[in-house]
Amino acid sequence: MMMRIKSKLADFSVGQLAVLSLMIAVFVVIMVLPLVSLFARAFQNNAGEFIGFDNYIAYFDNPSLLRALWNTIDVSLSTTVISVVLGFLYAYGITRTNMKFKRFFRYMVLIPIFIPTIAHAVGLISLFGRQGIITALGFEIELFGRLGIILSHVIYTLPQAFLMFFVTLEYADGRLYEAAESMGVKPFTQLIKITLPEVKYTFINAMFVCFTLAFTDFGAPIVIGGGYSVLATDLFVQMTGLFNFNMGAVVGTLLLAPAVLAFVINRVTNSANMGAMSAKSTKLVIKENRTRDIGFFVFCSIVILCLLGLVGGLAVRALTVFFPFDTSFTLANFSFSATTGGIGSFFNSIQMSLLTAVIGTAFVFVYAYMAEKIDRFSAMRKIAKLFSMIPMALPGMVIGVGYILFFNNPNNPFNFAFGTIGILVVANILSFFSVPFLTATGALKKLDKEFESMSDSLSIPRWKLFLRVTVPLSFPAMLETFMYYFVSSMVTISAIVFLYTPRFRVASIAISHMHAEGVFAQAAAMSLLILLINVLVRLMYELSNIFHKRREKRRQA
Amino acid sequence: MCRKGSLKVRVVCLLVMATVIVGALVGCGGNGNSEASPTSGTITVYTAIENVLAGRLVETFNARYPDITVNLVRDSTGVITSRLIAEANNPQADLVWGTAASSLMVLEDMGMLEAHAPEGLDRILPMFRSDKNPPTWVGITAWETAFIINIPELEALGLTVDDIRCYEDLLRPELQGHIIMPNPASSGTGFLTVVGLMELYGRDGGGWDFMERLDVNIQDYIHSGAGPANMAAIGETVVGISFGFPGISRLQEGAPVAVVFPEAGSGWDMEANALIAKDNINPAAKTFLNWAISDEAMAIYNEAFPIISTGEGGSYYGFEGQNPVDQLIEQDFVWIATNREAILNEWERRFGS
Repeated sequence: MMMRIKSKLADFSVGQLAVLSLMIAVFVVIMVLPLVSLFARAFQNNAGEFIGFDNYIAYFDNPSLLRALWNTIDVSLSTTVISVVLGFLYAYGITRTNMKFKRFFRYMVLIPIFIPTIAHAVGLISLFGRQGIITALGFEIELFGRLGIILSHVIYTLPQAFLMFFVTLEYADGRLYEAAESMGVKPFTQLIKITLPEVKYTFINAMFVCFTLAFTDFGAPIVIGGGYSVLATDLFVQMTGLFNFNMGAVVGTLLLAPAVLAFVINRVTNSANMGAMSAKSTKLVIKENRTRDIGFFVFCSIVILCLLGLVGGLAVRALTVFFPFDTSFTLANFSFSATTGGIGSFFNSIQMSLLTAVIGTAFVFVYAYMAEKIDRFSAMRKIAKLFSMIPMALPGMVIGVGYILFFNNPNNPFNFAFGTIGILVVANILSFFSVPFLTATGALKKLDKEFESMSDSLSIPRWKLFLRVTVPLSFPAMLETFMYYFVSSMVTISAIVFLYTPRFRVASIAISHMHAEGVFAQAAAMSLLILLINVLVRLMYELSNIFHKRREKRRQA
Repeated sequence: MCRKGSLKVRVVCLLVMATVIVGALVGCGGNGNSEASPTSGTITVYTAIENVLAGRLVETFNARYPDITVNLVRDSTGVITSRLIAEANNPQADLVWGTAASSLMVLEDMGMLEAHAPEGLDRILPMFRSDKNPPTWVGITAWETAFIINIPELEALGLTVDDIRCYEDLLRPELQGHIIMPNPASSGTGFLTVVGLMELYGRDGGGWDFMERLDVNIQDYIHSGAGPANMAAIGETVVGISFGFPGISRLQEGAPVAVVFPEAGSGWDMEANALIAKDNINPAAKTFLNWAISDEAMAIYNEAFPIISTGEGGSYYGFEGQNPVDQLIEQDFVWIATNREAILNEWERRFGS
């Protein structure tokens, strides 16, 4: 009897080891080796000879390059503080109050991730530029430069911070609050003593997500940053202006710093005990409190008004002949010139995004499960976790050029993938990996460890447990991940600008071309189309979510 | 006040580049593919020519060669060039079309270009082709510094378009904080403007002094050559220092702008074509390169670019009573290539932020 159990356990480990190794191997091929191909250049001169740290010494000797580093830290810190605070309050309002129109607020805040970052900047110019609608009302700001970058970044990172807090706050264990209530603990003390510790892990993660997204973003600084140089624009200048891949690689390694830091801090916080969803958890009952509800309603309304203003800014450009000098209504801007890829690029984008979402979601959840819910192979799991955080810090351009250098080598066995839609999908899965990984990890952490020990003691294979218990319980998080991958792939530019092929052009690239060519109206129109399809897909997701919940309820009844 | 230069265009195109390995590549190149034909097949073309124009040109090409499929990868000069460099050990492109000659010189330096003399090469002015024989690259059009001025915004400052004719006019105190210029490190247009000012006002100091005075009026230096024209078109700045094409395009689309070519002449660069060196050179690529300097193609370039490499003039907006080629100042490309890095470093030291 003992013998049988032991041999069974050994079998599980072999299977687990195989899956874990496969996951790590995939990351080595799609991330580590392309990065090595590029970053090796940081230690080479133009002739390809090894020169040690000379490039770094040259970098830190150059005051203007160094200034870009400080500028980047400045805008990233400002963005992080604003986005995390706003994101937390917004998520708190939706999950822990009885304010009206919660569903509306919950969806509307996602608007920014439905449109490309270039479009954020175009929208901001329509509002706050010299000819802006808000500027005309007498409210003037110095848009181009530091302030514009921070504004764009807050818009871009707020939904990400919100989503992370939302997922965490939604799974509340009502028992804690019931107990606190019966002991007469005041609401504010409950917030400090129960809610904040509950979201501590998310808080730190959200800070790193916002910080690294702002740290590495390229779209906002290039459009609205003017002469305010940051690392991402420096990378762009080094790569595409000076064709200095070596110095570009140096800047690329600096951009990785936040991810490495995140890993170190993640290890520290990980040891702390998380407030887990146990089998005994009860649903949180939200108390009546009108003042609180009104307060959050006003706050959420202001945030949404700002975001709707942005869409309005895009709409006036898309629907007028030549804003602001000829504001008569037209739909002509929606007939896209075929030369930028036309409407076909729009359908290509949908195809690419669907593939990314399906494959990406499956990959992320298996990966997160292996990293989170296995007891053995701790060294390998640590590597897996380190890998999972790096993509967040990788500017698309680094991935794009790394992929060219690695995959476009005739001796590479994966060379066949280069120039196909496959390479775009892989680049997207990698680029957006970190946030879904955190979502998946967060959802998995909430599942009681008891499930695993129970299944092991009952000799139920882990894959069965994963499919029968883990997947259904994490279904909302999986749908969230699917959505995240879909909308991110619809709007992304920087990785695929180096990888798209002439036969397969996508809408976001078309927008960047329209912007570069100065046809802002068509760029705005295409952004609105992307917004529309993302909203439609989101609606379909919501319907399927409702359907799923109803079926679960029926099953329980 | 304005220096009206009677500058003849004389370009010293003696580009002393590092030893090129083209020869070696030619040796193992050749026409290995027996099925390849000059009038059929598929070619991949990398180009920086604006979408609208490139699309029309390919349509015209296909009317003549319907069996050649042209796959076009179009992006900014910088992105196209760095993509080509990154793909150097396994080139995806068969040829590069309408991309800055200064970029092609970088590629030539890396041995990535295959020398090829397209049919009708004798019509191309010597200043618009590489000095190698057969040439490694052949120019088709030139682009040049231009001021794109938003008329209503300028008038709001109490000035008229006639007040902005030359570089010194940009120093007017009314224009303080109302001029956008491209960053020369990230924009070819920015670089040719800086070089032009150095040629006009003096390489050792005079050019930099002028730029220091201009800096007082600069609202921003941005990472795009067409960007300042586009910003002027939507009224986000009053004067965009840019090049002619985007300015005239915005004008035709209804933007309230004027395009002014400075009286003293403009710094310039050219868009050029080249064959990419690779093992199996597709003969259809040569067909395309031949066609790309034909009269038919030149006529289409000429609609958007007043200056074409055959030097034939015409009457164009902004060049009334003048052959557009005369707008180009004298530029020593050897000096420019040798000093490029030093110029950019000095610019960054003075004006970087």
